[in-house]
Order: sequence, then C-alpha cells, then structure tokens
Amino acid sequence: MTATTHAPAETDYEIVIGLEVHTQLLTHSKMFCPCAADYADDAPNSHVCMICMGMPGVLPVVNQQAVEYTLMTGLALHCSIPELSKFDRKNYFYPDLPKGYQISQFDLPFCQDGYLEVEVEGALKRIGVTRAHLEEDTGRLLHRTDAYGTGFSLVDLNRAGIPLLEIVSEPDMRTAEEARLYMQKLRSILVYLGVSSGRMEEGSLRCDANISVRPRGQKKLGTKTEIKNMNSFRAVQRALEFEAARQIEVLRAGGRIIQETRGWVEAKGITVSQRTKEEANDYRYFPEPDLPPVHITRAWIEEIRAKMPELPDARRERFISDYGLSPYDAAVLTDDRAWADFFETTVASVTTGDPTTRAKSVANWVTGDLARLLNAHGQEIVTSKLTPAGLAGLVNALDAGTISGKQAKELLERAFATGEQPADIIAREGIAQVSDVGALETVARDIIAANPKAVEDYHKGKGAAVQFLIGQVMRQTKGSAKPDIIQPILVRLLDALKG
Amino acid sequence: MATAAKTNEPWRWTIAEAGEKLRAKAISSVELTQAHLDRIAAVDADVHAYLLVTGETALAQAREADARLAKGDDLTPLTGIPLGIKDVIITQGVTTTAGSRFLEHFVPPYSGTVAQRLRTAGAVTLGKLNMDEFAMGSSTENSAYGPTHNPWDLTRVPGGSSGGSAAAVAAGEAMGTLGSDTGGSIRQPAALTNTVGLKTTYGRVSRFGLIAFASSLDQIGPFTRDARDAALLLQQIAGHDPRDATSANVPVPDYTAQLTGDIRGLRMGIPKEYFVEGTEPGVTAAVQAAIETLKGLGAVPVEISLPNTRFGLPAYYIIAPAEASANLSRYDGVKYGFSVRNEATDLIDSLMRTRGAGFGPEVRRRIMLGTYALSSGYYDAYYKRAEQVRTLIRRDFDAAFTQCDFIISPTSPTVAFPIGDRVDDPYAMYLADLFTIPANLGGICGLSMPGGFSAGLPVGVQILGNHFAEGTILRVADAFERVTDYHTQWPTLATAKPKAKKAASKEK
Ligand SMILES: [Zn+2]
Repeated sequence: MTATTHAPAETDYEIVIGLEVHTQLLTHSKMFCPCAADYADDAPNSHVCMICMGMPGVLPVVNQQAVEYTLMTGLALHCSIPELSKFDRKNYFYPDLPKGYQISQFDLPFCQDGYLEVEVEGALKRIGVTRAHLEEDTGRLLHRTDAYGTGFSLVDLNRAGIPLLEIVSEPDMRTAEEARLYMQKLRSILVYLGVSSGRMEEGSLRCDANISVRPRGQKKLGTKTEIKNMNSFRAVQRALEFEAARQIEVLRAGGRIIQETRGWVEAKGITVSQRTKEEANDYRYFPEPDLPPVHITRAWIEEIRAKMPELPDARRERFISDYGLSPYDAAVLTDDRAWADFFETTVASVTTGDPTTRAKSVANWVTGDLARLLNAHGQEIVTSKLTPAGLAGLVNALDAGTISGKQAKELLERAFATGEQPADIIAREGIAQVSDVGALETVARDIIAANPKAVEDYHKGKGAAVQFLIGQVMRQTKGSAKPDIIQPILVRLLDALKG
Repeated sequence: MATAAKTNEPWRWTIAEAGEKLRAKAISSVELTQAHLDRIAAVDADVHAYLLVTGETALAQAREADARLAKGDDLTPLTGIPLGIKDVIITQGVTTTAGSRFLEHFVPPYSGTVAQRLRTAGAVTLGKLNMDEFAMGSSTENSAYGPTHNPWDLTRVPGGSSGGSAAAVAAGEAMGTLGSDTGGSIRQPAALTNTVGLKTTYGRVSRFGLIAFASSLDQIGPFTRDARDAALLLQQIAGHDPRDATSANVPVPDYTAQLTGDIRGLRMGIPKEYFVEGTEPGVTAAVQAAIETLKGLGAVPVEISLPNTRFGLPAYYIIAPAEASANLSRYDGVKYGFSVRNEATDLIDSLMRTRGAGFGPEVRRRIMLGTYALSSGYYDAYYKRAEQVRTLIRRDFDAAFTQCDFIISPTSPTVAFPIGDRVDDPYAMYLADLFTIPANLGGICGLSMPGGFSAGLPVGVQILGNHFAEGTILRVADAFERVTDYHTQWPTLATAKPKAKKAASKEK
C-alpha cells in the first residue's frame, strides 16, 4: 500500500540564514597602537610593539581612522549611529590573544539597525543589518611538529590588533544564493568605501553563517548551526546549499538538529561538526576602563558623510543614465569599484565618436576581451598591465580606422602581456591599417594581374571570386587593410576590365 | 640643634632643602645619592622597603645630574634628588615585578611615562620598592618577596599596597617615592608611617607604564616627608599623556605657588559618615585635634553628608576585582613571566597550572571574585549595581564640594597593626580602606598627612579635594605643617614600641 505518511518534500521547508561578516579595515596603523597595519607577508612578529603584545603596563589608544571607517560603513548600510558608543572587554584565554581579552563592543555598537539591498530574480530584496561594531583582530597560531613528532604551536602577533569590523545581518536570507548575493554586495560596498580590501581568500574578509530550516508556515525558528571556514563567495553558496539539504534530510528522517559549529570542507564539499554548544562561552563582557566612551556628534557624522564616495547602486544608475549602458553592462562594470574606475578613466580618454558609442565600445572591450584575459591569467584589474590610457589609445586608433578590429584584438593581448602602450606599438611597427586608396589600388591591380583565373570566374558571375581576391590583397598588406575598403576598389577595377 | 645632625645625615633633608643645597653646590648629587645608598645598607635589612636597589645606575644618574647642575641650565627641583619607585611602575631595563612571583625575572623593554618624566627632570632612581602583589592589599604582606616592616615599629605593617614606598620615605631611604593608589594604597600607608601621601585626581598622572590592578581607579602619586615636597614631585609627573586615553587634558598649575600658608575662609567639610564607631579613639582624637588646628588657621568648618559612603567598600570589592580579573589575564605563561607550560599536558592545563602557581592567594581570591561578579547571570546583581553605587558616590562628592573646599577625615580607622594579625581575615584587612576608597570611586584627589600619634604610632589625617584641586589640599597640608611638628618626627627603627613624639629622636 502506498504510504500516507510521506515525509515532507524538500520544498516544504524554509531555509533561514543570517551572516556574520568580519573585515579588516585598511587603516595605516593598528586599532590601539602605532604599529603599521599592513603586515602582508612580513616575517612573524615583525609588526608588534609592547601594546599589541600585551606587555604589563601598556594602554590602548583608539585609532580614529578605524572609527571613521566604521561610521562610514554604518552610513552606507543605512544604520542608525548612536550619540554615545563605547568599547568593552570580551574575556577568554587563547595564546593568539595577548591580553587575555579582546577589546570589542557589546551593548553600544557604533552602528545599528541598517540594511542593504540585493537583486534576487529581478526584484530588490532588503536584508537587515542588525549591527556593525569595531574590535581588534587576534594573532595567528602556526602548528608545527618537532623532530620527535610532538606537535607544538608558534604564535605570530602581526595580525593582533588589526582593526576588525564585524557586520551582523538579520536572519533575512532564504536561500544560499541570497547569502552569496548579500556577501557580494557587502564586499562591493566595503571596497567602494575604501575601508576593506575585500579579499576573502586572504582572510581580510571573513564570513560565518547561522543557518536553520523550518517547515513552511512555522513561525518558530529551527535549531541553527554555525558554519565557518567559507573562503570564497562560491564556498558560501555551496556550503549553505549543502547544510540546508543536510538539515532537511535529518528532519525528514525524523531526527533533530544539534546546535553546533560546523566547518566547510571545500575539497569534499561537505560541512563537518567542529564543536557542540554544550559548553557555551561566557565572555564576561564589561566596559573597557582604559578607553573613555566615544561621543559622536552630528557634525562629525556629516563630515564623514561628505567624505563618502559614490556607492555601487548610485554608480550603476549613473552609468545607465549618463553613458547609455544597458542595465546588465552597468551592473557588471559597477559591481567592483576598480572596474568602474577603469571604465570611467578609459572613456574620459577616448576622443573619437559620440559619448554613447565611446562608452559602449569601452564597455565591450572591458567586459569582453579584457575580462577574458584577466580571468585566464588570474589577474586583478588594478594590477592589469593594460592601462585605461592604453585601452583608450586602442579604441581611438580603431575608431579612426588606423587599425582593424583584428589588429585591435592582437594589440590588446600584446599590451596586456607586455605593458606597452598600443599606440606605441602601432607607431613603432608600422602596422597602421592601409587606408590610402591610391596605395591599395596599386596592390589590387597587381593581384588582379596575377590571378587571371579568379578574374575570369568573377566575370562569369561567381561572386566568391571577389572574396578570394580580397584575401589576396589582405595577405599582401599583412592584414593592415580593411576588407570593406578593399572590396569596392577591387569591384571597380574588375568591372572596368570587363567593360 | 638639628642642623649639625642634618648636615651629617643628608637623608634627613627634605627635597626642597636638598635641592637648594645641590644648586648652591653645598653637596653633589653623587654625595647625596651615596648617603641614601648607605642609609639603605644600614636599615633596609630591618625595613625591607626595597625589592631592588640599583646603586650603580643611581650613581651614574647622579653624575649626570651633577654635570647638569654644574652647567646650571635645564634644572628642575628634582635634578639630582634620589627617589624610589614602587615596583608596579615599569622601568626600562630594570626588573619590575609588581611584587609577584609571576614577574620575578621580567625586565621591561620600555619605560612608563612617569618613569620617563622623572628621568627627564634629572631625578636619581635608587631602586624599586616593595608592595602587595599586583597592588592588592593593605599591609604589604602579600608581596611574594616578604613583608615590609613599619619603621615606627618593626613588628607592625607599614600599610599597603605601597608599603615599601611609604617605609622608604619614613626611614630616610629615599627623599621621595612614587606609589599607586587604587583604594587607598598611597594614603593608608602614608598614615601608618607618618609620611605625606598624595592620591592624584583620576586622569592627572599618566597610567602608561603602571601595571594595572583596576584601571578605572588606579592613580600614581608621591610619598614625601612634607606637603611642599609632594607639590615638587607632583609638578614633574602631572599632565596629559597621549598614550593614556584616560589622562586628562587639563593644564597643570604651579603647585608650590599655591602653598601660601593662608587657608583663611576655606570651607572645611566634616562628613558625619567618616566619624563613626569602629575608629580607634586615638585616631579620632588626633583628627579632632587637627580640625581644631585648621579652624585656628581660619578654615571654616561645615557639616556635610556623604550618604552613600557605606556602599563604597562593597562596590569597590566588586569593581576592582572585576577589572583586575581581566587585567591579569595577560599573565598566561605564553609570552613572558612565570610559566610551567613545559610540564603541562595541554593548553588548559598549562594555563591553570601557570596561573595557579604564579599568583599568590590574595590575587587568586580577587581574580575569582571578579570573574564571579562578571559572570553571566550575576553581572546585573553585582557589577552593574556596583557601577550605580559609583555614580551615587560621585554625586555625593559633587554635592559636597558645592558646600566646602576640602573634606577632612581619618585616613585609616586604625594605626599600624601587627604583621600577621589580619592575614587570615581578609574582611578585617579590607576595612583598612574604608575611608580611602570613596575618593577612588569618585575620581577625586586626596592626601594623608601626619596628624599626630596614638600610643607612639602615627595617625594620618585625610584631606580630600575636588577634581584637579591638588593645589588646594596641598595648601591645607602645608599650612597645617607650618604650625605642627608631627611631620618632622623620625622613627627609631626599633622593634619595641617607640616613645611617643620625642623631639630627641631627631638627633639620635
Ligand atoms: Zn603594536
């Protein structure tokens, strides 16, 4: 007999996701000491001082730039900014935490109750931002094994004390894709503001997710798990897709979800249990007595607002209205601030054509050939050897008919590989397109004289013969002549012969 | 009559007197420093004020000071003056233990602001002074290196936690010293040793380089033999420090200029809550006599009330341990200091064993108290309420200082008690700070000055002032000293009870 007690289908469950995003801030110095914040690949413990090493007797001093970056981010995320904020101590022991507490923010964060919008299937969806607060990053442990096989750990404090902004979302996301879109949008905003490098793979931008599932229509949230170790946008989506499916499967089989922390294992495409919440940490937060509360005046907020750059949404709209770009091109170009900057700088240097054609042409090159090359070589647009000036020179030469489209593509690849300006290559190698009609006519006459068979075919009405002759002329001119210029010359000469 | 003895025994001079003689070339800094090193050699085996005497460094600094004095420019009242520093203040290249086994071999790679300022002023540093471990205590018995003995009766405590700083000044082992005061740790030992001890307004002196006990309460201040010397020392260490976010950007006045001797018309607040049962009669009598003396100088007595005083002690024993529990977390045996990690099986084991063995019992007690008070579920009942009490106590003082210019009270309810008497009774020990704690919670300044003797033991009189009113309370103390001779009395360094205020003791 057929089962009447079918487990609910997968679509009968609703997925609920909230994200906790941490980003290091691009300040000159660390959060509470004068050490340079850009430690990159420097030797372990080379960016440290008695303050970030937690020596006895030291005191923290707040990095004003980090506070401004935090407030700027809060404004970009439509948060409310309180008039009074403060720092708190979060207490726990770990060797990467030199003071035995982390200076963070507990009940009075700099930013609260904001949102950002993502486009889901053509519609805008608003995702709430619960809070954004400022804290200090921890050091790093390097695990080693000695000659006898005994494990030990080394402590590198270069990262300890780097300003860290934590942005906590509301549990507003309903699919793994939405979580990825939120993450991408957030990164885009942070990079636009110049407060974050946005590099997930290097860990300067990190993401933890809380995810639960519940039968559709149920108000009460299901038991959540916390997913860690997702080091790319793709990982965020894959990990959450996996975890949602796993939880639904557990529930459908009549099981229950255990509240725990799970790590994403990229290579296997699964999440695995790391630690159950049984021994919940008590961080014993209390106000940081070494730092007076921070008073945030309206005037200060307005000063920061005035310093804010144009954000991705506004820029996309402007690219559509000012440059006449398609919404798709505008979105692709404005998603990453560096791409949008590259595009706009290039367009400003193109001198040919009307503004709309210029923009369209540059957009095609950037999103087409350049994007393909960057992708193929794993490079970033900011470090691309082809500069906006180089691309503008290329577009100018193409529009002026100095070079052919085919030559332009070749030049772009060469400029991309070598960093030479396309205009310089054109001048040096004399590969300007032959557009002198007189010179072309001489070549065409030679070709006609050398190919009586083709001429005869043409006169018999075989149109393909012209294509053959065009090819011969192009070969002779090493491709510097455009077919649409050669063709009328040939036809004129051939028809004259016939007559 | 004292002059001859004083010439032979430069350690009896005040900083002001010594400064004049140095600048007049009547003595060199090397001679003055050597006289103190000799004095330390003669008496410190009995007193144990010092944890470390840096004689050679001191003499080198004295030679530098002499060169500066010879040139005659860039001089300060401290140039060439030998001083001692409580071992809770970080000194670059000089072992700084905070009285703890944990930091027995800790040689700081930097100097704190105050230590730097003393060096810039040309002062000579004789060494580091004994204290209760991490400044937690009222008797200096909690030092991991043995107690300091009160020069007035070597069987008794000098008070604490800055007992070494107080005893060194009392015994002539330094012309002045620095201590730190979190709940009375400067004023109470000053009271028990017949010295002047000044707890500065919170934010007046930089805490950068002060090993933290309770960050919102800790302040550095001087011990001296009179108010003028305290003003001279304060002048050099006070002022804003960009490395301490809690240091106040308030101009530093000329403190000695305020020592006019004239306190006519100053309103003297007498808080009824500070004159209660439980204070020894001898202490009460001395303070009442001091009130009469100040009245005679023209101070106007005003009855005031500080109604929340009784909540001060319990609030303090929540807030201070709570902050301490975090401040002391850095001592984990990973980066520096005491560690038994090589005997440990794992991280948690290493932490527990290191901290269990590295800290003394009082420090462990306060870490536990503080950790408990901050724990989830207890925070509101303890820490939050204690912070509310702090606010009430601040308001008490704000209201009081609209009615008066300074407040007078006993510093300590008792005179010096015998070593070992209270070690098993922490609560009795905590009561020693009953009258001193409110000033720390209120963030105001206060000092203890010699106010007489009870059965041969010194009694301290506490003078409290409003925020940044150090000039006012120093003026009161200086005026009092001009008409009394308590501060000029010297201890006999005997184990028997000394005879009460014998002028002859000066000339021994
Ligand atoms: Zn640093």
